Amino acid sequence: MNMGSNSTQFALASRILHWLMAALLLSMLFIGVTMVSSLGNYHRLVAIHRPLGITILILAVIRLVNRMFTTLPPFPPTLSRRERWVATASERMLYTLMLALPLVGWGMLSAGHYPIVMFGSWHLPAIVPANPALHAVLRKAHTIFAYLLFVTFLAHVGAVLFHTLIVRDRLLHRMALWSIRSDRATARTD
Amino acid sequence: MGSATRTLPPLSRASLILRLMAIGAVIIGVAGLFAYAAGWLTPHALTPARIADTFELVGGLHHGVRRNHAKGVCVSGRFDSNGQGVALSKASIFQPGRTPVIGRFSLSGGQPYAADAPDTVRGMAILFKLQDGEEWRTAMINLPVFPVRTPQAFNEQLLATRPDRTTGKPDPAKITALVARYPESAPAMQLIRSRPISSDFANSTFNSLNAFRFINAVGARLWVRWSMVPAQPFAPTSTSDSGPTAKNYLFDALIASIHRRPLEWRLVVAIAQPHDPTDDATIPWPPDRQHVDVGTLTIDRVESDDTSPARDINFDPLILPNGIAASADPLLSGRSAIYSQSFTRREGEAKERSAVSPAETAR
Repeated sequence: MNMGSNSTQFALASRILHWLMAALLLSMLFIGVTMVSSLGNYHRLVAIHRPLGITILILAVIRLVNRMFTTLPPFPPTLSRRERWVATASERMLYTLMLALPLVGWGMLSAGHYPIVMFGSWHLPAIVPANPALHAVLRKAHTIFAYLLFVTFLAHVGAVLFHTLIVRDRLLHRMALWSIRSDRATARTD
Repeated sequence: MGSATRTLPPLSRASLILRLMAIGAVIIGVAGLFAYAAGWLTPHALTPARIADTFELVGGLHHGVRRNHAKGVCVSGRFDSNGQGVALSKASIFQPGRTPVIGRFSLSGGQPYAADAPDTVRGMAILFKLQDGEEWRTAMINLPVFPVRTPQAFNEQLLATRPDRTTGKPDPAKITALVARYPESAPAMQLIRSRPISSDFANSTFNSLNAFRFINAVGARLWVRWSMVPAQPFAPTSTSDSGPTAKNYLFDALIASIHRRPLEWRLVVAIAQPHDPTDDATIPWPPDRQHVDVGTLTIDRVESDDTSPARDINFDPLILPNGIAASADPLLSGRSAIYSQSFTRREGEAKERSAVSPAETAR
């Protein structure tokens, strides 16, 4: 079920979700680390962090469903078998983390007996019972997952840039927001 | 696996190096920004964690206990709104009616086993459980103003008022130096020194000190501070000249009076005039400001920290319902950040027993 106009690019919905979430996740990682070390801006940043996290969770679910129902463009032939394995594993890692991070955050606030305030009087219910030890564990997990996400993100960017600039196999074109005609794109697997 | 049919001219050595450097620059640049944002490149900058460390340094590390206001008892009761607050804020708590509360009375400082003393700062923390699942948490103290204006000054005050190893008293030279650096603290400390100190928790007035914004149903905004004004009549403290007192004498008196009859405070909201400072808790507002009595807090149950769910509540002063918002007072965001640090640390630790035991609160 290929929704795209050609088979060398991801479907348009996938590409839009990719770049939108890339921007949100990177912003979120920076807001998160800034916030925990900040005194003066802590409150303002937390007030953004919570609803933005839930937005990311919703988008991540949409993205996962989208991923399950769209056909992927083939890997460029320039990717070795091991590189394909790494690419697949890191994709799974990124999906897992972008779902897990907001859920752990939500759970950690629930366990810490906090109201989960979104905007105004709108707030979310707790998803786990209030429990001090659970709060402490989830709080730690939230940080570790965030660092893992950041490192995976860096590896992902490094690998794509390496292929695009050194191997020059136009790997990045697969995810370009604009449409790229297949005869100009990569992956001639004939 | 078909090999790439495209044949590209190999990159020149210079071009290859340049491209590799560009990739490296992107990765190192983003990682560096991240490290900077996390504060890893500025290890001497003041962070919430460092202020929590200061508390642990000054008060000692006590597992599972609040880093500040370590000694306390938990209470519960209700707030009865008289409807006078509706015009001030759209928060549902101000509609006429009853709101359940849990709370905690405490003494400031990081030592959970310190002996009660009349001039130790007293705290009252309250969590209002609003009808629709919203919460309002407020942590107030019995000072007329706060001695410092910023978290930075607060951290220095903690260190400056630390008892000297040899004399057992704070070094006056350090406090003089602190006031020289933060001149706004001089009049504030004078006001604090000259305040009348009441005999008990029950007849203490507890003040929000920080300013907040009230937003009413038509969007009108007011700057406010609030106080819990006791119905129990004021009596001055008399312990300073009457020899040694029991280690928990303030808490014991509070427990005894709650068991005798419920204690009451009126929640009084002071409304600022333009130009009243809203970002400086060291300056009092003039006493002629409009004060609105919005309802009565009744405390009718007391429990030890060891058994009460309030032990595991972070009384973060910025957990506010719709209709109440933070001011730009730098202490507020700082308090929120430091309380969160303290909360996360203690929740992950095995709990030390409270100085005020369940047997004592059950009495």
